[in-house]
Amino acid sequence: MTTAVDMSHYVRSDKIEALPPPRLTRGPLAWMRENLFSGPVNTILTLVVLYLLYVTIPPVIRFLFTDAVWTGTDRAACREDTVGHPVGACWAFVIEKINFFTYGSYPAPERWRVNIFFLLLAIGVGWLLWLRAPRRDLGAVYFFWVFPVASYILLTGGNVDFGGGFWLTFAIAAVALVGLLVAAAYFLQTSMRTALIIGLGIVAVIGITLAFIEWDFGLLPVPTALWGGILVTLLVATVGIVFSLPFGILLALGRRSKLPILRLASVIFIEFVRGVPLITVLIMANTMLPLFLPPDTGVDRLVRPLVGTAIFASAYMAEVVRGGLQAMPKGQYEGAMSLGLNYPQMMILIILPQALRIVIPGIVNTFIGLFKDTSLVSVVGIFDLIKTIEASRIDPNWAAPTISYTGYAFAALFYFIFCFGMSRYSIGMERRLAAGQKR
Amino acid sequence: MNSVVSQAEPPKKSFLYDPKVRAAFYQILLVVVVTYLFYKAATNAIENLQRAKIASGFGFLENTAGFDISQSLIPFSAAGSTYGDAFLVGLLNTLVVAAIGIVFATILGFAIGIARLSTNWMVAKVAMVYVELLRNIPLLLQLLFWYIAVLGPLPQPRNSLEMGGGFFLNSRGLFMPRPIFASDVSAILIALAIGVVGAFVFRHWAKKQQAATGRQYRVGLVTLGLVLGLPILTWIVLALTATNPIGFDPPRKGTFNLQGGMQILPEFVALLIGLTTYTAAFIAEVVRAGILAVSKGQSEAAGSLGLKPGQILRLVVVPQAMRVIVPPLTSQYLNLTKNSSLAVAIGYPDLVQVFMGTVLNQTGQAIEVVVITMGVYLTISLVTSLVMNTYNRRVAIVER
Repeated sequence: MTTAVDMSHYVRSDKIEALPPPRLTRGPLAWMRENLFSGPVNTILTLVVLYLLYVTIPPVIRFLFTDAVWTGTDRAACREDTVGHPVGACWAFVIEKINFFTYGSYPAPERWRVNIFFLLLAIGVGWLLWLRAPRRDLGAVYFFWVFPVASYILLTGGNVDFGGGFWLTFAIAAVALVGLLVAAAYFLQTSMRTALIIGLGIVAVIGITLAFIEWDFGLLPVPTALWGGILVTLLVATVGIVFSLPFGILLALGRRSKLPILRLASVIFIEFVRGVPLITVLIMANTMLPLFLPPDTGVDRLVRPLVGTAIFASAYMAEVVRGGLQAMPKGQYEGAMSLGLNYPQMMILIILPQALRIVIPGIVNTFIGLFKDTSLVSVVGIFDLIKTIEASRIDPNWAAPTISYTGYAFAALFYFIFCFGMSRYSIGMERRLAAGQKR
Repeated sequence: MNSVVSQAEPPKKSFLYDPKVRAAFYQILLVVVVTYLFYKAATNAIENLQRAKIASGFGFLENTAGFDISQSLIPFSAAGSTYGDAFLVGLLNTLVVAAIGIVFATILGFAIGIARLSTNWMVAKVAMVYVELLRNIPLLLQLLFWYIAVLGPLPQPRNSLEMGGGFFLNSRGLFMPRPIFASDVSAILIALAIGVVGAFVFRHWAKKQQAATGRQYRVGLVTLGLVLGLPILTWIVLALTATNPIGFDPPRKGTFNLQGGMQILPEFVALLIGLTTYTAAFIAEVVRAGILAVSKGQSEAAGSLGLKPGQILRLVVVPQAMRVIVPPLTSQYLNLTKNSSLAVAIGYPDLVQVFMGTVLNQTGQAIEVVVITMGVYLTISLVTSLVMNTYNRRVAIVER
């Protein structure tokens, strides 16, 4: 009773009028008010950004499209004084030089070989990156063995002369290797069969590779000095990728190993390479590699930066893979060991498949970095895309004020498409891998 | 039933199965292989060097350089300076461009990183486009663009652009007044030192006071006043009472070139712009990730304690975000320092261009030059990561 009386003091007896509905909650206007003009500061920011866009975007559009020259055969098409109106990008220059930008000085009748290389590369990359592709194990074999050998033969022409007596030496070495493995199996009292399979497998892979390289396919030999442009850019990137993954995995395993000397060696290698700029590694490969090899082995000028890039990429890859190895719960290692697997089996069957899967985004990000870094080989005199543009830009036949800008715009577009594509893939992969954690 | 199982002796295994033996075997194998490779490389190198008649050893550092360097912080001349001096000049140039680049890249990167998280749709999108564009184009290309495409069309020195205040811009770079320090400039430096020390002392005292009484002091304002105000005050007092300790020597127009003043090379400017904008894109991503890593509950809890938005940012979000930001930020700083070696592509006389370029070509002593250059970058990297690891250990969350 008393409560009823008390309640009337603070409990309202009549209904409040409903508030008027908000004027706008959806539609473009409401969205703009919410996201662009929500307060004085935001309004000013929006206006400043709008002004900046107004200053920058129209000239860029005008340069790239409106004022651009699309057809023409020489500088006259791209000079303001001859054309009579302001000239933007001179795409005619890119169109005429596109073969040089793509193949360098690779002989024109042989360019189909480069095209097949591009195709093989695309197949390999697609096979590995598309997670639901059939037989990705075969894809790995393709990408890390078949494809490099095929590309080597295609691009150089193959038909390498190993010299007389080479195959005899090879046969002796092969017998020695198999014998060594069989002897080891005997002393270890394990199955001879495994030892034989491993030994013969190694011999077969190396033998087949060498046989193909020596085989005369009737292809015209093309010296590497003639290669150039996008071909070299993709080649350097591919070599970096093909070598960095296996070596990176080995280095990462070495760094996580319990054997102190092995670990120390891996740590020193990784930290040394990661601590210096790529350009110094390239210059080192360029000047020191010929010094360290026996006096009469001339190292191909293109091989030197390839070695440098492979070393550099391996160290970065090792750190990415190590991240994956460390992210594996200890139970995975213990479970594998309790099943009686030995170290290689544990790593190959249990740990690495899972660890590599989680670091796919990291691996792709390393590839993006590597792909951008391939441009540095132009500094040590290799004719990659940048160098071909640098060379064409000063061609007197195309002497026009906007040629440099056009060349750089083309290169930027090329790199952007590749890198942006890879980064989208990596982001999509990250989202997919995180799907399990999302609720 | 007899259920006793006879405990059979485990079969005698070969000692080759002993993990210790195996570990020793693998490691000895590794040592032997690596030693052999090094031995072969060394003997080959000695033979090759003898054939090419290239001297070895570090004696060449004492030889006269015989070439000029366009920018040097220490006195350098072709005739009187040695390769060792050239090394120092290159190193200083690298450090200068890296240090200035780090400062600018940090400012720009934080601004863009915060802009990416802005509630303003347009600001966020523009920041995103900036980051995506800059990150996906090779730095080398950007440097070439800045160098050739932007700085190329500048006028000849004869028709320098006058920018007022003694600043001139032409194809040889940016010319500006050179400060001339009188001897009593040291008073200003002393004032600065006193200011810095005073700021630290005040900070410490204010923290103690706050812990004891809960009273807050305007630490930021006092620090600013001590560090900046004190030297400026000293300067003004000195200028009024005695001679002005800092004078300026402005560049004057000559017939062909500008006389006097201080010159900033176009290569330097191009390198600085390129490094700054490129690294800023990466720093922006680091900053964005760091701020997003602070859970929303933190700022909500701070808000419910009655902190104002500015205080929430300053006292709750930023300290926690910094813990996430600092390690990757450091590696970006290192990247910037290493990337400054791309100077070689546009001709800025940094360590790689001077030492691995000119000196290497003149002397042919590849091994020594490469070892020294790599050693410098390695030292910078290792020292930085050492400092960073110490810092990390200090700020890491201590869990039980």
